Amino acid sequence: MLDSKIPAGPLEQKWNDYKGHVKLVNPANKRKLEVIIVGTGLAGASAAASLGELGYRVKAYCFQDSPRRAHSIAAQGGINAAKNYQNDGDSVFRLFYDTVKGGDYRAREANVHRLAEVSVNIIDQCVAQGVPFAREYGGLLNNRSFGGTQVKRTFYAAGQTGQQLLIGAYQALERQVALGNVTMYTRHEMLDVVIIDGKARGIICRNLVTGELERHFGHTVLLCTGGYGNVFYLSTNAMGSNVTAAWKAHKKGAYFGNPCFTQIHPTCIPVTGDHQSKLTLMSESLRNDGRIWVPKKKDDNRKANDIPEDERDYYLERRYPAFGNLVPRDVASRAAKERCDAGYGVGTTKQAVYLDFKYNLINKYGRTEAGKQGIENPDMETLIRLGKEVVKEEYGNLFDMYEKITGENPYEVPMRIYPAVHYTMGGLWVDYELMTSVKGLYALGECNFSDHGANRLGASALMQGLADGYFVIPYTLGNYLADEIATRPIPTSHEAFEEAEKAVSNRINQLMSIKGRQSVESLHKRLGRIMWEKCGMARNEQGLKEAIEEIRALKKEFWSDVRIPGEINEMNPELDKANRVADFIELGELMCMDALNRAESCGGHFREESQTEDGEALRHDDQFMYVSAWEYKGESDWQLNKEELNYEVIKPTQRNYK
Amino acid sequence: MEHYNMNLTLKVWRQKNSSVRGSFETHKVSNISSEMSFLEMFDVLNEQLIEEGKEPIAFDHDCREGICGMCSMYINGRPHGPWYGTTTCQLHMRAFKDGDTIVVEPWRANAFPVLKDLMVDRAAFDRIIQAGGFVSVNTGNAQDGNNIPIEKEKADQAFAAAACIGCGACVAACKNSSAMLFVSAKVSHLALLPQGAPEKKTRVLNMIAQMDKEGFGACTNTGACEAVCPKEISLDNIARLNKEYLNAAAVSDK
Repeated sequence: MLDSKIPAGPLEQKWNDYKGHVKLVNPANKRKLEVIIVGTGLAGASAAASLGELGYRVKAYCFQDSPRRAHSIAAQGGINAAKNYQNDGDSVFRLFYDTVKGGDYRAREANVHRLAEVSVNIIDQCVAQGVPFAREYGGLLNNRSFGGTQVKRTFYAAGQTGQQLLIGAYQALERQVALGNVTMYTRHEMLDVVIIDGKARGIICRNLVTGELERHFGHTVLLCTGGYGNVFYLSTNAMGSNVTAAWKAHKKGAYFGNPCFTQIHPTCIPVTGDHQSKLTLMSESLRNDGRIWVPKKKDDNRKANDIPEDERDYYLERRYPAFGNLVPRDVASRAAKERCDAGYGVGTTKQAVYLDFKYNLINKYGRTEAGKQGIENPDMETLIRLGKEVVKEEYGNLFDMYEKITGENPYEVPMRIYPAVHYTMGGLWVDYELMTSVKGLYALGECNFSDHGANRLGASALMQGLADGYFVIPYTLGNYLADEIATRPIPTSHEAFEEAEKAVSNRINQLMSIKGRQSVESLHKRLGRIMWEKCGMARNEQGLKEAIEEIRALKKEFWSDVRIPGEINEMNPELDKANRVADFIELGELMCMDALNRAESCGGHFREESQTEDGEALRHDDQFMYVSAWEYKGESDWQLNKEELNYEVIKPTQRNYK
Repeated sequence: MEHYNMNLTLKVWRQKNSSVRGSFETHKVSNISSEMSFLEMFDVLNEQLIEEGKEPIAFDHDCREGICGMCSMYINGRPHGPWYGTTTCQLHMRAFKDGDTIVVEPWRANAFPVLKDLMVDRAAFDRIIQAGGFVSVNTGNAQDGNNIPIEKEKADQAFAAAACIGCGACVAACKNSSAMLFVSAKVSHLALLPQGAPEKKTRVLNMIAQMDKEGFGACTNTGACEAVCPKEISLDNIARLNKEYLNAAAVSDK
């Protein structure tokens, strides 16, 4: 059933062989073929630009007011590439290996190897576009190091790498708009995919300014619509990030791969109260110099600086002496949750732990600086002053951001942090060519499930988005479209368009006619709470079963009691939100079912029943060495299809950080 | 940080769509925590309006991390409100005190028509980028990244200019609604780098022509734009733009 279409031959030759034999579309025919691209983040913008350059007639859609706003823009840390500019032993194979291992052996070898291969081209392309990467004094590109690796392969532009890469892709896209190869539809949201004779042939979307429904034809449809972290209500995702496009595709036949694989990032600014609308990440790099602790005493209400050294519990250093504060994201997150649940949390809500820079500020940076400047026996005041200067240079903008949000100066008092939902490894199931289980329907970037297994390494999301858009889809799409050159554009008066629009319109009418008492926001918050409590950092059978029941009940409540003000035929952000939340509710149910089915722990998915004696994640390769590809059958009804994972090159092992 | 709650009066611009006139509406909000962001205070107000059966206030926002450039409120006569180098979404309620009256308007500029309430249409910025805000390089043509060494200082300056988030605060602050800071940031970013050199002249001429066509006003160097820019884009970029423009226009035969 599930054909992943992985080319035959040795791993390192698969992509080259594929490219050498793939079908091509001649330039004259390309001009006759229309390509719909939904979403304009790194994957969508890079795909739209590249396909426009090739001569396809591209139509691109985003719900924001400009393609430059897509949430890829918020990525801080960097982008990985196997350039080995640092001469520290990096290679395509090492990047491939680190990514598969980081994903806890739940990713496809062939896809990940291709990703590592094209990573080097991405950097070259971005430099050529004028992306201002950080540079050394010699004028060459600089690198930093990131979690889960032993080499320096991360390219960056201060704490704004995502922004600079997206602006590069956006500029390339706007250039194609100017040349007439791409038509851009901003403030448009896709609300259904149109399928004719088993092939994706267009979309129905809502013009968010006028409220009108529109029909758009394409010979093929590419979804580049990002992840679904907002199912948890609170996440580091942008407010508008949603699953709707992917979910509509899913309901029209595209399988959903590993929906329960969610990345929870350990260092985010904690929730301050019920008013909280989103969470903000503090880069992983801070854990290099910060020590994480909570008071040894329960419900300790003293200020952090008033708690003496011997009354502090540096729990990561205590539990993981070998890796200490630098354990992987999933481990650090679970450990923070454990302390807070046990009553040791800090701050007003008690849902936070301290990230303290004082020790390294004084001892690591302060003393080094004093040594450099030849100051003998420096007093504490001097050490603090010198240390602060260095820390400011290393992390200045993050410290400023923290102060703006919390009103506390992290040079003086420890940061308060707590884990938050950050990324979703799961997504639409795609084959090697990035095609979903619906012919002619593709998924790129975070929207698909393909490359990160059960846990994504830092600085790899940007790499995957751009790999898919710049260097994979321009080849694989041709292989499909070569057989479509005789297909004339289908008029949007076709009955399939008619029906799809009717269904969308009916649903909107239904939503508007409920006229209940509860706001969309309040229902979304309740969904988030269920997901966070029962399908969050730790999951168990009983909790997941309860969650499924609770979500079903919430769904009933939503469809009978939601209140949406305003009209249909006008700008109506509440209606747009209701459309998205309705889909999140359905997705939430599937995520819980997937988490329930996967009775093992791996990467970000931690089933309490499956742990080692020391409380670490325990995989069951004998039972779960597969991708769960869920097929939609009807309301609350899914069929599980399995894609077996075959490791030909890498041998899976158990991770250990003690 | 000690936190406190406050009661506030909000005077907010309401406008149904771009073709009707708008007006101010007054609302009261109570028990607003000093820990909230400015937009979270608006979330509270909107929930209150929905509860009362009224239409919530439409405003643009997305990342709420100060980087996407979508949020755009003109707060007490200043784009993005009272804090220096800060977007509306990063402005927090600590900036206000109990009993304050806060006036909130959309960006006001002919080139940015109001779509609804506090939302404006900034597509003019996209069209300015289309006119030349790019390097014409197709995917796959690139040489090795390290074949183009770039002086660190130049790279840092290019990066500082490229930090622009395209929010439009510069236009909203300018008495002439000039887009010079926005345009100069892009022209500088690409003019400072060797990759941008081949199209240096056409880029600046075309982008300025498009800026004029969109109906943005002229620059008189008052520096209001720089003062409100959430990314602290420097006025030096406008000086560089003027130099680039003169160089290009002097030799242009167009």
